[in-house]
Amino acid sequence: MKYKTFAAFVGPSIFLMLLFIAAPLISVFFQSFYITQPVFETVEVETCTPGFPTQTCVTEQKTQPIIGEDGKVVTTVKYVGLESYRNVLEPDRAWAALSAFDFRALLTIDFWKALRFTLTFTLVTLPLVIGAGLLIAVVVNNASRLIRGPIIFVSLLPFIITPVIGALSIRWLFIGDGIMTAFLEWAFSQNISMFAQGWTIELLMMFYRVWHVAPFAFVVFYAGLQTVNQDTLESAIIDGASRWERLRYVIIPHLMPLIVFISLIHLMDSYRVFEEIVGFSSQAHRISLQWLTYDFLTPDDSGNRSISRASASAMLTMIGIVVLLVPLLRKTWRDHKGGRV
Amino acid sequence: MSVPSSMRQPMALRLSSAGFLAFWCVIAAFPIFWIAVMSVKDPVDAFAANPFEVIFGPETVASGRGLSIVSIVVGIAVLWAAIHLALNTLPRLIKQYSPPHLLVVGWIIGVLVFALGFLIVFFGLLPPVLSAVNTVLGPFGKPILGMTTEHYRAVWVDNAFYENFINSLIITAGVVTVSLTVGTLAGYGLARSGSNLAFWILIIALVFRALPHSVLVAGYLPPFINSAEILRPILGDAAPTLYGQPWAVIAVLVSINQPFTIWMLRSFFQNIPTELDEAARVDGCTHFQAFRWVIMPVMWPGVITTGLFSFLLAYNDYLVCSLLLDAQNQTMVPAIAGYFNRETTTTDQVEAVAAAVSITAPLFLLVMIFQRQIVSGLTAGAVKG
Repeated sequence: MKYKTFAAFVGPSIFLMLLFIAAPLISVFFQSFYITQPVFETVEVETCTPGFPTQTCVTEQKTQPIIGEDGKVVTTVKYVGLESYRNVLEPDRAWAALSAFDFRALLTIDFWKALRFTLTFTLVTLPLVIGAGLLIAVVVNNASRLIRGPIIFVSLLPFIITPVIGALSIRWLFIGDGIMTAFLEWAFSQNISMFAQGWTIELLMMFYRVWHVAPFAFVVFYAGLQTVNQDTLESAIIDGASRWERLRYVIIPHLMPLIVFISLIHLMDSYRVFEEIVGFSSQAHRISLQWLTYDFLTPDDSGNRSISRASASAMLTMIGIVVLLVPLLRKTWRDHKGGRV
Repeated sequence: MSVPSSMRQPMALRLSSAGFLAFWCVIAAFPIFWIAVMSVKDPVDAFAANPFEVIFGPETVASGRGLSIVSIVVGIAVLWAAIHLALNTLPRLIKQYSPPHLLVVGWIIGVLVFALGFLIVFFGLLPPVLSAVNTVLGPFGKPILGMTTEHYRAVWVDNAFYENFINSLIITAGVVTVSLTVGTLAGYGLARSGSNLAFWILIIALVFRALPHSVLVAGYLPPFINSAEILRPILGDAAPTLYGQPWAVIAVLVSINQPFTIWMLRSFFQNIPTELDEAARVDGCTHFQAFRWVIMPVMWPGVITTGLFSFLLAYNDYLVCSLLLDAQNQTMVPAIAGYFNRETTTTDQVEAVAAAVSITAPLFLLVMIFQRQIVSGLTAGAVKG
């Protein structure tokens, strides 16, 4: 294909990606070093109250934003260097907490709290998703053909449901004296409230994520199981391998590329954990990195969005993405040089 | 096919795997089933601690809103007839009456007419007829299963949820059309070019796919809010404020979705043999003509699958829509946040449940119709790559 034809085919897509993905990234990078503020002026205001024999007059200095000719508050853009990063990271408090080995104090700072939750969430759900997906795939593959279709249909439901709604549907089972809470209270015969403390919410969020992603892993593994070499399996049986050994030494090595694929997708997606925070309304107890940026971007009570702090936290989130992607990119590059793509 | 005895499974294994499958199906479907049940009950029943009270709804029955045995039987019969019609008669009629080159339009019109007819019969015609029948029948006409649609009415009519529904419709339709148009072109170009440039474009797209959306929105917000002033020198007074515009959100969602779309479409295009385009080229087609008249007709399965995933992304999005649209013209998913944050009374909570079920219902239909395409889409990237 000639270069010109190629450009004509790919052009619109590249244009969109440059305009709406690459350009915002660069602008976020620059925004994080600047801060936009209203310009304030100090005026002397004399207020008088009636008194005897003369009025009592008080003169005070008042700071107020300057209103421009168009009736809007005049703002300036100021270069502040790493100030916004400092506001997000709070290095002094963090360092003090770290040197005193006081992790509880460290976790009172929003950014570190969010980082802790995001990493725990990502790393705990990863093996659970792989394990659950693999287990369902193997069992369905052993089941009779008649019931496979309906099972795949039911399994797709948690995957396809809107994430916020999925989280809500789990939350409604547990909220207040919902039936699951009632069941747990009956089983453990003690009073349980799932939404009063952080760790129970965290457990529910992890459960939701596994419930939501396991079907995806299941479908991919199930498709992989259809291509297992039957001759290898038969020779394993002849060699006297038990079911477990066949799974361990024939099937899992065959599925290994798929396991790597699912892990990568899952790492990328669960690092961006966000909808769970909205669905479970957990912001008082647990927040994630993406939610932190979202929170800075949401207008506060006076209608201001802290864009520069949002940009700083977005840039810090990006560092994690880069760390995640470097091994993947190195592998792809090596494959490409080896000419296997 | 008889299974050799060495491959036959021991009884214990078969029992435990059957048990596990049943367990998984319950876990997978239960939360969704349960919110559907809760949404048609009185608030007292919906949040009762005893599951049987939630299912049968004694409070709802006591207040006179429920289904009698006759109603349940008739309702199931009508549902069954509707499914039968939809699966057998409808496709035949559409094939018979729509001209072959307008089959897609025929399907759209047919499905819309069918859906409208079903809604009129099931929700408009059936309830008054059944209530008349129930009063005549006496003991058999007594309500036994609590059921009320008042929460749905409150959500859709009183709280004007249909406005959010229309917004969602506009945004998802826009995202699917634009991202498929742009994506198929790019996917075809990338699949048919072995150059280094194509490889690098794919890798950069992979990096873009991993970006958190909030990072990108942090970049959009300031220019979108001030876009009228920024664009004034170029466009004059017609310069729009992009913030709060549905088409700006469509552009954003299409771009965010592009990396995924081109990867998926590329893997579908690679399955189509190159000989096909070569034959067309020999017959004197340009690249574009070959793409339009030879490749696209065999690409429909891949395009439908990718379109489904674009639809899901746009329909399920919370973050982008809630930040870039203002509260007056939200889509459905961010709008529901207004319900469950407000939930001061249990009635509000059940209304939130009803809104959630309303959002889920189209997705449920989607899985029913397109299960095969969704599965093939999930495995397209993994097994071949």
